[in-house]
Amino acid sequence: MKRIEAVNDFVIKFANVNGSGSASANELFAKAVMRMGVPVSPRNIFPSNIQGMPTWYEARVCEKGYHGRRGGVDMMVAMNPQTWDTDIAEIESGGYLFYDSTRPLPPSKFRDDVLTLGVPLTDIANAAYTDPRQRQLFKNIIYVGALSVLLGVDAEVFEKLFAEQYKGKERLLESNIKALHMGRDYVKTHMAYPLGIRVQRADNVGDQIFTDGNSAAALGLVYGGATVAAWYPITPSTSVPEAFQKYCEKFRVDPATGQHRYAIVQAEDELASIGMVVGAGWNGARAFTATSGPGVSLMTEFIGLAYFAEIPVTIVNVQRGGPSTGMPTRTQQADILSCAYASHGDTKHVLLLPQDPHECFTHSAAALDLADRLQTPIFVMTDLDIGMNQRLCKPFVWEEGKGYDRGKVMTAEELEAGKDFGRYKDVDGDGIPWRTLPGTHPTKGAFFTRGTTRNPYAMYSERGPDYIYNMERLLRKFKTAADLVPQPIVRKAKQPTRFGVIYYGSTSPAMREALDVLETQDLHLDAMRLCAFPFPDSVQEFIASHDTVFVVEQNRDGQMHSLIVNELDFDPAKLPRVLHYDGTPITARFIAGAIAKRMEAAKKKEVA
Amino acid sequence: MTYIAKPRLHHPTLHTNKVGYTRRDYEGRISTLCAGCGHDSISAAIIQACWELDIEPHRVAKLSGIGCSSKTPDYFLGASHGFNTVHGRMPSVLTGANLANRDLLYLGVSGDGDSASIGLGQFANAMRRGVRMAYIVENNGVYGLTKGQFSATADRGSKSKKGVINSDSPVDLVGIALQLGATYVARSFSGDKAQLIPLIKGAIAHGGAAFIDVISPCVTFNNHGGSTKSYDYVRQHNEAVSRIDFMVPGEEITTSYAPGEVVDVAQHDGSILRLRKLHADYDPTDRTVAMNYMQQHSARGEVVTGLLYMDPLATDLHTALNTSEHPLNAFNAPELCPGGKALEKINAALR
Repeated sequence: MKRIEAVNDFVIKFANVNGSGSASANELFAKAVMRMGVPVSPRNIFPSNIQGMPTWYEARVCEKGYHGRRGGVDMMVAMNPQTWDTDIAEIESGGYLFYDSTRPLPPSKFRDDVLTLGVPLTDIANAAYTDPRQRQLFKNIIYVGALSVLLGVDAEVFEKLFAEQYKGKERLLESNIKALHMGRDYVKTHMAYPLGIRVQRADNVGDQIFTDGNSAAALGLVYGGATVAAWYPITPSTSVPEAFQKYCEKFRVDPATGQHRYAIVQAEDELASIGMVVGAGWNGARAFTATSGPGVSLMTEFIGLAYFAEIPVTIVNVQRGGPSTGMPTRTQQADILSCAYASHGDTKHVLLLPQDPHECFTHSAAALDLADRLQTPIFVMTDLDIGMNQRLCKPFVWEEGKGYDRGKVMTAEELEAGKDFGRYKDVDGDGIPWRTLPGTHPTKGAFFTRGTTRNPYAMYSERGPDYIYNMERLLRKFKTAADLVPQPIVRKAKQPTRFGVIYYGSTSPAMREALDVLETQDLHLDAMRLCAFPFPDSVQEFIASHDTVFVVEQNRDGQMHSLIVNELDFDPAKLPRVLHYDGTPITARFIAGAIAKRMEAAKKKEVA
Repeated sequence: MTYIAKPRLHHPTLHTNKVGYTRRDYEGRISTLCAGCGHDSISAAIIQACWELDIEPHRVAKLSGIGCSSKTPDYFLGASHGFNTVHGRMPSVLTGANLANRDLLYLGVSGDGDSASIGLGQFANAMRRGVRMAYIVENNGVYGLTKGQFSATADRGSKSKKGVINSDSPVDLVGIALQLGATYVARSFSGDKAQLIPLIKGAIAHGGAAFIDVISPCVTFNNHGGSTKSYDYVRQHNEAVSRIDFMVPGEEITTSYAPGEVVDVAQHDGSILRLRKLHADYDPTDRTVAMNYMQQHSARGEVVTGLLYMDPLATDLHTALNTSEHPLNAFNAPELCPGGKALEKINAALR
């Protein structure tokens, strides 16, 4: 049997029990590898549960910097007896099994083609600690220590990380270092090291940051000037408002008075949270809510009102698996259609499609500007994969002194000077009307906002021409939006090709890797990453200039595919769907496999 | 709704208030409700109250849900911004608007279908949070726009126009408001302007969540024998706990009362509500007493009206959230954005 040998290119998976404190130990491991200059992309696989259920942390170590999930496991850290059998079965042949050997297990529990590495973690922890909680927590650090020797990660890297984390908490610092070395010393005395898979110092991390999309989105909302947040807890979006609160406490408290330049309300449900955002937006504050698919379903009546009454609203949708309660702790891109066309009547909404935490930051800040500029709901469509996992990405950037685009708000001075105010009148040809904020002027500019139809001067009207004027103007506004949203990004193939591929959001890292893989197989595709809906003309042109354009996404029904076909009137046969929707993040192996099969079939057909 | 423009001409002798407006400046469009609708009397009371309070009309934001009552904000305060939101959800929209700009006065207008049926949750939670507003429910026990179905405030045993007897227990909005922490709770009758106007003034001047349940008969669908929300029924069963006068700070008090006959309650802004007690044992600052009193009297089929409870030192959601005195909607990038240097530090901590 051939043992897996790989430097800076392997997948290690930690199988733990949730609530055991393993998450921070596993994150420590990932950070240490990154401090060695080697990119890592970890993913939490967790149940909808608080304590006692299985949870996994799958970290892909990849010097080339591919952040997509690879698939397959080279080393399993099996810390959960409940899932032992399936965890062991998952290891690639020639791989490695690390486990707590305190309690002897029968040989039938192991595999011949996997190298077994037993460390008596419980014994070591029990000998060193008496407090049960300490025994548990330090056991985690002990296994990180043991792994660090087996995989060649330097002790100094951990010591530095501990020093940063426990600055000013000397006792904690000391005890963590002690636990780390207990694990390291055991391996050094009892085992051969390093393993065939290991980490070697490299320089491929650079100035990248390691963070999760939800806190990045929250930070973007702070930078973008959101002052009102209303939300209702729902996995996987809850950490967006929680991080927003944390950043606000740091950056938005008036130093002189201690008063808050923000208001956060945990509402009674999603109907109320979107209602509050609509009220705040109507009244001129930048406001947002964060939710997931079921929440958007509840919000749709209000979303229609905000569309028709033209009120700035920002909604961060951290997508999960649906329909219904679906898979709350798994990832999908399955709310594209429900958000793009949310609500009754003819509605269309702006969607932004960030690919990683860096873009969660920029797109969330941009969403607030776009909402004010376009006076309409803006969705930031992230998902659990980027929202709740830490990912290496470009550092956050903010142009010093950059102001906010508050859009077309008529001032008291303008009203006083006699400027014509028609709340729903297109005076600039871009479909965007002017608005006034409540309380602006004693006698001019007041109007009655309603969801019922009206004329350009906001007077109730059921006349057909008034209705048509308004609906056509809203379409014109949507066209304007296509120019204002983040534009698609094209990666040309190394040689001219009739094949193209369209993808978006969290599919991006796996797609990039798949393109490289396909290239080595002499399969060439031009690739377009969509960054937003509505589609600018460049999307139409990209599809028109290729014979076949694959649409790769993470849902069952090909929702972006449907949106493209519906909006751009292409023959669906020209746009084969590549769909991954089992709740795990899409992999390069899956994409490359599916595309290669069809491209080769197409080539054969041509030859025949 | 209305196709008739209201004449803008004023009689030259109309009085102006301290901020220079005549009563007519507080009017809106011509009502499209049925002739004799109780809601129009409430609109008139709101107009009178705002004029007497010397409020500049544009400093009020009026929000409503959906229904006959929710149409009324178009019929008063024409120079104020208004928002006819979605059915049963006015409280959340008002909450958000209030968070955005604490400097305006917020008037929430709703109906019994809007607040007691579809919007019961939002009504209850807005009371819990203490959003500063005057929340008026124009309560007629019936769905008007959809032609006569019972609403959730219809009393058990009351009869619809079609002769159906209601078998469901009524939702008592006053009872709920009291229980959930509203700090100003009143009930009134659209046919009793003398009682209603000072109650509205008190609610607008109140520092927290003020709720007024106004029984407002529907002349078209719920004004018959067997209804407990008709003009006749309410007049016969009206049990007022007090008569109130609203006095602004520094106003000269000219009437004299016998000792024990009146109670003065000062609100946070210095305004005084003078209560002429009609029931000697009634203490409007005791929430538990108010709840017991309401329960006992409603069991006897009486409609208790007047100022039922008030906490003169009430605070609101802004106090709880410790939000800036300066309205949130007036901040811009320099006050809100932490800037590039802070971002550099954040980046460094994430490596």
